[in-house]
Amino acid sequence: MTDLCQTQRAMRNIRRAALQRGLVAVLDVGTSKIACLVLKFDPGEAVREDGLGSLAGQTQFRVIGAATTRSRGVRFGEVDAMQETERAIRTAVQAAQKMAQVRVDHVIACFSGAHPRSYGLAGEVQLTDGQVSEQDVARVLAACDVPDFGAGRDVLHAHPVNFAIDHRSGFGDPRGHVGSKLAADMHLLTTDSVAVQNLLYCIKRCDLEIAGIASSAYVAGLASLVEDEQELGAACIDMGGGSTGVSIFFKKHMIFADSVRLGGDHVTGDISKGLRVSATAAERIKTMNGGIHATGMDDREMIEIGGDSGDWEKDRRKVSRTELIGIMRPRVEEILEEARGVLDAAGFDQLPSQQIVLTGGASQIPGLDMLAARILGQNVRLGRPLRVQGLPQAATGPSFSSTVGLCLFAAHPQDEWWDFEIPAERYPARSLRRAMKWFKDNW
Amino acid sequence: MWPLGRTDRAARARYRDEGRLDKRDPAPSRLSYKIERLWLTPIFRLGIRVGVPFALVFSVSALWLADAGRRDAIRLAYERVLTSIQERPEFMVTMMAVDGASEPVDRAIRSMLPVELPVSSFQLDLEAMRATIEQIDAVASAELHVRKGGVLQITVAERQPEILWRSADGLEMLDRTGQRVATLLDRAARPELPVIAGDGADARVDEALKLIAASGPLGPRVRGLIRIGERRWDVVLDRDQRILLPEYDPVSALQRVAALDSAQDMMARDITIVDMRNPARPTVRLAAATSELLTSQITGASAP
Repeated sequence: MTDLCQTQRAMRNIRRAALQRGLVAVLDVGTSKIACLVLKFDPGEAVREDGLGSLAGQTQFRVIGAATTRSRGVRFGEVDAMQETERAIRTAVQAAQKMAQVRVDHVIACFSGAHPRSYGLAGEVQLTDGQVSEQDVARVLAACDVPDFGAGRDVLHAHPVNFAIDHRSGFGDPRGHVGSKLAADMHLLTTDSVAVQNLLYCIKRCDLEIAGIASSAYVAGLASLVEDEQELGAACIDMGGGSTGVSIFFKKHMIFADSVRLGGDHVTGDISKGLRVSATAAERIKTMNGGIHATGMDDREMIEIGGDSGDWEKDRRKVSRTELIGIMRPRVEEILEEARGVLDAAGFDQLPSQQIVLTGGASQIPGLDMLAARILGQNVRLGRPLRVQGLPQAATGPSFSSTVGLCLFAAHPQDEWWDFEIPAERYPARSLRRAMKWFKDNW
Repeated sequence: MWPLGRTDRAARARYRDEGRLDKRDPAPSRLSYKIERLWLTPIFRLGIRVGVPFALVFSVSALWLADAGRRDAIRLAYERVLTSIQERPEFMVTMMAVDGASEPVDRAIRSMLPVELPVSSFQLDLEAMRATIEQIDAVASAELHVRKGGVLQITVAERQPEILWRSADGLEMLDRTGQRVATLLDRAARPELPVIAGDGADARVDEALKLIAASGPLGPRVRGLIRIGERRWDVVLDRDQRILLPEYDPVSALQRVAALDSAQDMMARDITIVDMRNPARPTVRLAAATSELLTSQITGASAP
């Protein structure tokens, strides 16, 4: 775990350098599209202590370049064909750079796949001198017993969710409190390291430095859940192209994340198979005429399927909208039921508030909220991302919620394990010896 | 799927390629991506947009100017243009007019100025010419400007002689500040000016003028002033009488002598020297003959 912290710490340093330069790009590598935004940071308005202010405290950056391109070579939110993905990333980055008229070197990326898995960690230490110091916080975080999540998996997020001193719980920041025992709860999200390495390799091939990496379920929640939902407990279901991310927030921290490997592309695939049309034609039909609830009107509404096979009879076929809905609905139900299963497994029904927010590109199917209310419970709403300065109108839809969330993640990252101090006993003895030798040699 | 009848492999491959060309990949090639990133680098951009054109122009012109013949040609052409402009009739000075100068000063000015008329006004260094003119002793200040119609106008203010200074070199006219104006050959030419003599007298002309003004009734009898030891003044009257004045405040001492003279007609008596060097103890010296006469009258004996 310490090794991973090294890379995460290095990313944090790169992010700090990027913010000092005032320019960073965010890159959302999705299954259906790759979006790139170029952010310009200028510390014009001082950030308030509570993070509030106009535009939810997000005025310190501005989107100066935005581009999106059809994703190629990505399946289930993971890199499938390296070359294709690299070219798609290049397309998006170049277009965004061109719009911003500036070169970006640092990029913060998110992805949705790679089998995220959540762990809740707990640790406790005895306080030596009564008062909690930064070193004590570092020690208690290091004392968390890390579960054996298996080889070939990496820690993506490690949020300290809660601190408790003696029998008082619910501290966000325990420093300075007096007690004899400090306990911490930590949420750990791991992913397949191979998928992450592949993505990082693709980005590096584009001459970009990685200033951070995040799970898209997490950042979509950041962007589309409002503040009281994050505080009281809510789940964000980010319905993407290849996978559906589920993240649960409580007390402004993500406490669970998972993903269902089903998404809007599967709906398109069903239409393509059911109507025997190409994937692009199916996508067009889904976007223009798709729906969930069939009404009597839909029986009479005939949809031109189109096609360019050259066979007049085949290209002039028509289906009623009811038939299309009949193809789409079972798959959407399946996705939502899978998400329901994930939420049930996570114990979402234990939370005081059980708000569910649907976002992502596939959440734009008309009538989805009614179907979701039937499957997920009554507290369902459709979420759109927060507004940030300079975001083009075309990028304000729900399909950009993880992109926008990545902007927020770039601007105000939550404290993660690697942002805290390293406990003193963990410093390798060799470097101390080297420091001593340096002093002896030079003084 | 390919058209019937085209069964050779190359034709099939061509058909496939044509189909593929439709779905053109929008991705930039690695090279164009790198080039665009390079182009968006600010320093590189500045270098290309400013540095390269500058270096190009600089190097080309430097190469072209490396030949001495070309440099000379440029200089010659420049000078030709310059002369053709400067020697236009509008800029030519054809006459010199001197105002406020007497005849000899006028002649001196005309002979001293090293200008061959007509000349272009661009080549006249008026400041240097003014300095030259002001070197003439008789000129207090000069003002030069080029008037309309190509006239070099010189307006001169002459020094006014106030006093004559007789020195070993001869008789010279000085103005109020002691500056030499001209040499005078004959005292009789300027009978109205008072005369001073002695070393360092020219440095105290203003004091001498004050003394002459203060001489009052003695004025017509004053022959001149003599500076003694560069320290104090003697007033020389006719009949070889002298008034020796102190170093400090000579004016009031002379006024006392003048008052004595008007009250008791002192200077009409047979006195050779009135010594006022010690203001507390004025002393007079009688002429030798009178002195003897007086002595014999007092003692009753004849002179030895």
